Amino acid sequence: MEKNDLIIHLRDICFNYPGSPKVLDRLDLKFYRGNRIGLMGPNGSGKTTLFHIIMGLLKPSFGSIEIFNRPVKTEKDFMGVRQKIGLLFQDADDQLFSPTVLEDVAFGPLNMGKSRDEAMEIARNTLNFLGLTGFEDRITYKLSGGEKKLVSLATVLAMEPEVLLFDEPTSGLDDRTKATLKDVLADLDLSYIIISHEIDFLDEIADSIYSMNNGKILFDKEVHVHQHVHAHPHGAYNHEHD
Amino acid sequence: MIEELANGDSFIRRLDPRGKIVVVFLFSILVAAANRLQVLLYALVLGLLMVLAAKVPVKELLRRLIPVNILILFLWLFLPFTFGGETLLYVGPLAVTREGLFYATRITLKSNAMMLMLIALVASTPIFTMGHAMHRLGIPRKIVHLFFFTYRYIHVIYREYFRLKNSMKIRGFTPKTDLHTYKSFAYMVGMLLVRSFDRGQRVHNAMLCRGFKGNLYCLSKLSFKKGDIVSIVIMLTLIILLGVLEWKKTI
Repeated sequence: MEKNDLIIHLRDICFNYPGSPKVLDRLDLKFYRGNRIGLMGPNGSGKTTLFHIIMGLLKPSFGSIEIFNRPVKTEKDFMGVRQKIGLLFQDADDQLFSPTVLEDVAFGPLNMGKSRDEAMEIARNTLNFLGLTGFEDRITYKLSGGEKKLVSLATVLAMEPEVLLFDEPTSGLDDRTKATLKDVLADLDLSYIIISHEIDFLDEIADSIYSMNNGKILFDKEVHVHQHVHAHPHGAYNHEHD
Repeated sequence: MIEELANGDSFIRRLDPRGKIVVVFLFSILVAAANRLQVLLYALVLGLLMVLAAKVPVKELLRRLIPVNILILFLWLFLPFTFGGETLLYVGPLAVTREGLFYATRITLKSNAMMLMLIALVASTPIFTMGHAMHRLGIPRKIVHLFFFTYRYIHVIYREYFRLKNSMKIRGFTPKTDLHTYKSFAYMVGMLLVRSFDRGQRVHNAMLCRGFKGNLYCLSKLSFKKGDIVSIVIMLTLIILLGVLEWKKTI
C-alpha cells in the first residue's frame, strides 16, 4: 500500500485505566484507505478503548499515533481528526442529545463552521440517504432502538468523514434494521472498523476480521476467529468434537 | 412532569419565546411582591385567561395544579391558627385570626396565579426554543446548557431508575420500614448517580467527536413580528396597571 493511503498508524500503544492492569499493551495498527475491518474479541479486551484512543478521548500512557501521516498528540490535533474520523457509539442515547432529529444531525456540520442553511440541507440529505425522510421533527428520545441507531449513524455521516469506527452497531437491533445497516455500509464508499461479536454480520461487510487479545490485535490468519454455532448441553464450555 | 406539553396550535404558541419569558418573569416578580387581595385576584384571572389562550387541556392543567395546592392545603391547616392578630372565630379551643386567613388566601392566590402563567408559557413553547430564547436573553450559557441537558437526560435517567426498580422487584423486593429497605434504596440512588455521571462523560465524549466547542446552535429563527410587539405591550401595560393598583391602591 502507498504511504499516502495509510490513514491510522498506531505504534506501541499502551493504556491502562487507573488502578487496573494494562488494557492495551504495545498495540500496533496500520489502517489504510479502503480497508473494511471487523474487530472481535472478548469483553474487556480493549476494543472500545482502542477507538477512544484513536479519537483522542483517552490518552495512551505510551506509544505514538499518526493519522493521515501526521503525529497527533494534543486536543487541538484531535479536533482535526474528529472531522475526518467518525465514531458511532455503542449506546445511541449517548450520541443523540438534541430534542429533535434534525437538530442533532445538524450539530456536527454546524460545529464544522457550516451556515445554518447548509447544515439543515446536509442533515436533510443525510436523513434521506438513510431512508429516514420525515424524521426531521421527531423527538430523539421517543425513537425506537433501531431508529435511534440509524439517526446516530446520520449524525456521524453528516460530517462527511473518511473513516468510520463502529462500536457494536448491531447490539440490540432486529434483523430488519441490521439489513438496513448492511445496505448502507455497502453503499458507502468509506473505510471502516467495526467492533462486533457477530461473525455472520462481519463476514458480510468486512474484508478481514481481526481479533483482540491480551491488549494486542492479532492479524495472523492462524488465529482468526473460530466460531461454530451448535446447541447442546456443553455448548457454553470448552469441549472437543470427535 | 416530564412529558412535553407543547403540542397543538394556539395564538400564544406562535409568539416569540423571548417576549413570553420576559412577560412571565415580570409578572412573577409583581405577584410575589403584591399584597392586596384585589391585585392578586386580577393576577389570577389574568393567569387563567393565558392558560385558556394557550389551550392547555384541563386534565394536564389539573395534573400540575393539584400538587401545588396540596402543599397549600397544609398551610391552610396551620396558618389561620398560628398567625397572631384579631380573632375571628374559634374552632374548638383554637382561635382563627383574620390576619392568618388573609395570609393563607394570599399565598393561595399568588401560587396559583404564577403556576397558571408558567403553565401557559411552558405549554406554548417547545423546550428547545425556550433554551435558545434564554440564551438570546443573555442568560449565561452554562445555565442554558444545564437546563437543556437536564431536560434531555431526565428521561434516560428515569428509564434507568425504572430498570433498577424492576430488577429489584423481580428479585422479590418489597419496600418496608426497615434497614434492608433503606439500604437498598440508598444503593439504588447511588447507582443512579454513578450511572448518570458515566452517562454525562459518554455524552460529552460523543459531542467532542462531533466537534463540540462549547456552542449549541439554534436552527429555528427567532424574530419579533407585529403580533409579538402588540402582545408584549398589552401584557406589560396590564402588569404595570396591577403594579399601580398595588402601590397607589387605586388607578
